[in-house]
Amino acid sequence: MIRMSRTVRLGLFAASAAGLAALLLWGVAGLPDFGHYAGPYGYVLNAVAPDERHVTNVVTAVVFDYRGFDTLGEEFILFSAAMGVALLLRDVREEQEPPEHAIRSDAVRLVGIAFVPVLVALGLYVVAHGFITPGGGFQGGVVLASAFVVIWLAGEYRAFRRVTPTPAVDLVKGSGAGGYVVVGLAALLLGNAFLHNFGPLGTAGTLASGGSALLLNLASALEVAAAFVLIFTEFGEELLNARLGAGG
Amino acid sequence: MSYLPYALAVWLFVVGLYGVVTSRHLIHLAVCLTVMQSSSYVLLLSIGYVNGGTAPIFADVPKGTKAVDPVVQALTLTDVVVSVAVVALLLSMAMQVRKRSGTADPDELHTVEG
Repeated sequence: MIRMSRTVRLGLFAASAAGLAALLLWGVAGLPDFGHYAGPYGYVLNAVAPDERHVTNVVTAVVFDYRGFDTLGEEFILFSAAMGVALLLRDVREEQEPPEHAIRSDAVRLVGIAFVPVLVALGLYVVAHGFITPGGGFQGGVVLASAFVVIWLAGEYRAFRRVTPTPAVDLVKGSGAGGYVVVGLAALLLGNAFLHNFGPLGTAGTLASGGSALLLNLASALEVAAAFVLIFTEFGEELLNARLGAGG
Repeated sequence: MSYLPYALAVWLFVVGLYGVVTSRHLIHLAVCLTVMQSSSYVLLLSIGYVNGGTAPIFADVPKGTKAVDPVVQALTLTDVVVSVAVVALLLSMAMQVRKRSGTADPDELHTVEG
């Protein structure tokens, strides 16, 4: 078998990277000057979205409403990546009682556990205000997932596993991804296009704004929170199993 | 200087690629890939930037205030989520490779094992 030496590889890389960089620079030189955005979509959306969809955060309106179909793809990328992590790591590990792993410092435990409700509240806040201020299902979902991880970091792994049993996490994850599709199909049943925004649009600047895209926001919050808890769990189990193996 | 942010995106992409090509560890390789991917955040956000524009969120500023493009910001959000998902998958693959072949150095992995 012929193997390329590192020197040859570096030389090849230097030549081709120089070419690639030149090509990319040539490409970006054709873009409008920085700060001189040419439009038109951004300008149009900023002008019409607040009145058309009764929202104040146009970015979230783009994510869950105007380009809701892209977000469906994104949700399923996250869904399948988390599934892939679970398949790769869960398969080869024998199911066993989660090992004892407790933080003994009272200060760390106390501060950590005090953070949990704060993180849950912050996560729900960020999710709920997605159509008003910066935030939404994706950002808030990650904060919610981190609340569970703090239980593990500051407390013990068993407590983390008790509040996130795998069947429940899988169920939440599945209903997050499935719920997104269901909301899209509901629009079809009402005679609109797939994922078309329906329902009362509510009042801009209040929690009840955004129409059915609000449900998409909630569905992705569930999906993201569960996917991240699942990913953390899988890597955590690996880590603890490795420690257990090393320790005897 | 008005092309500096775009040039930064090109630099991030190429320097990340350098890391991928010369990587001696699969976890390092995955991190280099995120450096490459972060070039797309810089590029997307700088394309949509409007001089003097505010965030496209009209909660505290009146409607019609000059704001940057919300579409590229939404794309960047998608980009970040996809990046995290892909890295999680890559890291779990790296762990499997390490377990099966006893090394995480791509140079030591000569053959594809079934």
